[in-house]
Amino acid sequence: MSVDPKFYLALSFALFSIGAVGLLVRRNVLVMFMCVELMLNAANLAFVTFARKLNDVGGQSMVFFVLVVAAAEVVVGLGIVVAIFRRRRGATADDFHLMKG
Amino acid sequence: MTAAVLAHLVPLVAGASAVDATTFAVAALTVLVGAAGVIFARNPVHAALMLVMTLFGVAVLFVEQQANFLAAVQVIVYAGAIVVLFLFVIMFLGVDKQDDLEHDPLRGQRPLAYVLVGLVLAAMVVLGVTTHWDTGARSVAGVARDSAHPQSDVAVLGKSVFTTYLFPFEITAALLVIAVVGAVVLARRSAAEAQGDDRDDAEMGEDPDGPGTTGSGGPEDGMPAYDGDVQEVTS
Repeated sequence: MSVDPKFYLALSFALFSIGAVGLLVRRNVLVMFMCVELMLNAANLAFVTFARKLNDVGGQSMVFFVLVVAAAEVVVGLGIVVAIFRRRRGATADDFHLMKG
Repeated sequence: MTAAVLAHLVPLVAGASAVDATTFAVAALTVLVGAAGVIFARNPVHAALMLVMTLFGVAVLFVEQQANFLAAVQVIVYAGAIVVLFLFVIMFLGVDKQDDLEHDPLRGQRPLAYVLVGLVLAAMVVLGVTTHWDTGARSVAGVARDSAHPQSDVAVLGKSVFTTYLFPFEITAALLVIAVVGAVVLARRSAAEAQGDDRDDAEMGEDPDGPGTTGSGGPEDGMPAYDGDVQEVTS
């Protein structure tokens, strides 16, 4: 039997926090996307941990769906980034003054 | 203090074999170092490679918890497809330049980010310590490991996905088709737009000093190059 689920949950919390810090701190849209992936992975780790702890396959099924949704999200998100880059050189999250109508 | 923490931790680790404990420690270190690398790397390419490191660590932790199929999917889909897509877009757009991590356009945002995330982390730890997760109730999904009828995790997961979660599975199929169509629509250039870009390129070749002033403002020209004072957005 592997180590206690508490350790896995603690690691999941830490990974989620690092991803959240990166999302708030970084400016590059691509790196912000990667931080979202980190947070999704933290959630996946917690799902698998609970699936083991509670002996319930529902957690693993949920990870399966999260993977599919993450793939779709990345495809559309990167498509949007490419579209923004085509209109203007550079995509940092600071350029929100362009949104002022 | 340290002794008290150790006294609390040792019984938790003692239930696991030395191999399991070592594997967990190495994988956890890999995950955390990779995650820190993602948010502190100045070069987006390095960030993507550190993300691969984190994803591999998470895959190892999946194997440690008898989720072998999910570990394989994690490596194939995340490391094999998603990160390659990230790298492709980074190289395609040519944004693999250094990122400014010190300059703070919104004053005080970064310290505030650390404080807020620290609060969230504290809340999660408090919840994790004080909540009793195991209520004894069984979900509709079925058990992961039945000692009377041992099955591989692929069989159990497949049965769950194709019976209990059949409708969500169909919905994800539709979602993937929609995502593919959306990506094609977003990435595709209309004929007029492509023509405008070509003319921009030609003008930029003649007049490298003023690439931002050559657009005539028509909707097919796209945005002029960013010079810090873009006032009108025509399309």
